[in-house]
Amino acid sequence: MLEYAFMQRALIAAVGVGVLSGLLGFFVVLRRLAFVGVGISHAAIGGVALGVVLGFSPLLGGAGFALASALSIAWISHRGALHEDTAMGILFAGSMALGVVLFSARRGTQPDLLGYLFGNVLAISRPELWALGAVGLALAAALWWLFRPLLLVAFDAEVAAAYGHPVLWLDAALLTLVAAAVIVGVRLVGVILIEALLVIPAASAALWTRHYRAQLWLSAVLGAVSGVGGLWLAYALDLAAGGMIALTALGLFVFSLLLTRSRFARPS
Amino acid sequence: MTQTGSPPAIVRLEDVSVCRRGRSILEGISFEVEPRAFVGVVGPNGAGKTTLLKAILGLVPIARGRIEVFGAAPGERSHAGGGVGYVPQQVAIPAQFPASVLDVVALGSLRTSVACSKQQVLDRLRRVGMARHAARPVGELSGGEQRRVMLAQALCASERLLILDEPTTGLDLPAEQEFYQLLRSLKQELGLSVIAVSHDLLALAGEADQLICINRTMHVHGNPNDVVHSHALQEAYSCEFDFLRGEIAHHEELAKRLDAPERPD
Repeated sequence: MLEYAFMQRALIAAVGVGVLSGLLGFFVVLRRLAFVGVGISHAAIGGVALGVVLGFSPLLGGAGFALASALSIAWISHRGALHEDTAMGILFAGSMALGVVLFSARRGTQPDLLGYLFGNVLAISRPELWALGAVGLALAAALWWLFRPLLLVAFDAEVAAAYGHPVLWLDAALLTLVAAAVIVGVRLVGVILIEALLVIPAASAALWTRHYRAQLWLSAVLGAVSGVGGLWLAYALDLAAGGMIALTALGLFVFSLLLTRSRFARPS
Repeated sequence: MTQTGSPPAIVRLEDVSVCRRGRSILEGISFEVEPRAFVGVVGPNGAGKTTLLKAILGLVPIARGRIEVFGAAPGERSHAGGGVGYVPQQVAIPAQFPASVLDVVALGSLRTSVACSKQQVLDRLRRVGMARHAARPVGELSGGEQRRVMLAQALCASERLLILDEPTTGLDLPAEQEFYQLLRSLKQELGLSVIAVSHDLLALAGEADQLICINRTMHVHGNPNDVVHSHALQEAYSCEFDFLRGEIAHHEELAKRLDAPERPD
């Protein structure tokens, strides 16, 4: 399959998004932000719809909505007025509803829309690949720079604040990184399924090891394997790439769960 | 407030008031913590003890008054070169937290001017008797061991001032005594100053150099022996302290420090 240029680009994108999602997924799982990740990715749908209907870049619209929802969650939860999941439930539902209403205003089928919702990695262009690489590197660098303060906040946010760490800004930064990863992953698996790469590889890695360095790298490797494996299966079976990538990640999780079950068995 | 010739206070509060959502939580709190002093803060539930600690740490804004930590406002203390070690009330490390004891303790020094080296982290762990557990996943430790790890992390943040919020919550009596014994030895070895809040009035009175009793306002402040026997303490708790006499028999160390005539036969 590698004789085709579009497959080469798709494979590079699958590895890149898989690694990036795996790295960020470490914090999504550690901070129990899986639902927040779902919310951010689904909130992007409102922005995608706005772009499609108004005729500007849907990706840009999705990025704006994802970023706005990420920052809103950080701000609302730090004010203490609402829990994170409640804030997310409101933003997620509001943005999705906007998307549904906007799409219903347009007549006829919208093949582009399906690409944003479920991904279309085979259609990724060379400039898009370069953009994905640049954004991916920036996100990885930001994560490397913020890693230890973020780990301390995950350990105990109150202690982190007592030691002078700007917890609100660190939370906002983490959610911004998640929002950016959602947008980077849109072309690969779409806004609906990007959560699979943000949660499942990291959750699988957490089954194998209790050390963050090993967990982080294993999560990145499992993300890349999910991307490449899913793409290969989609090519071989002529099925949707986004769905196969998510199912491959799920398969690796089940495999991990079965092989590590004795380590986490409850004492009788 | 500091007399000429005496070392400058590490922590100084002057007429501090804290309000939340228009409700007064603390009013007119003033005291100083001298170098190497152990100051215990007691008071009934909802007295504002934890809020007081958070105000000193710069985690809650003050409505009036002045707080100085190492001569600077709490938010500026890193510039003044004085870190603060903090052990929070709730130490419940998730069993799945993916870090070793060594890694968690090292996180305490992220904001200090010089990060702790691995040797320094091991030294802090040795001081709290946890060096042999350095490589263990932190989530596997017992409650008492987790407290010690938090103490080692606090020592990585500062070897000059520790702030402890209910440091013995959830520990049984032997573990509590062990914890205070450890704190005593650290204070002696390092010359630490300690501010600790506790519900356990007797244990704290047995350990502290000064005891402060608050219930929104400052009720009594001074030598633990005087504070424990003061009428102001009973006023703060709005009850008679008959139980104190029964409890004292179980605290041999405190019994030595209290006046003999005041103790029950």
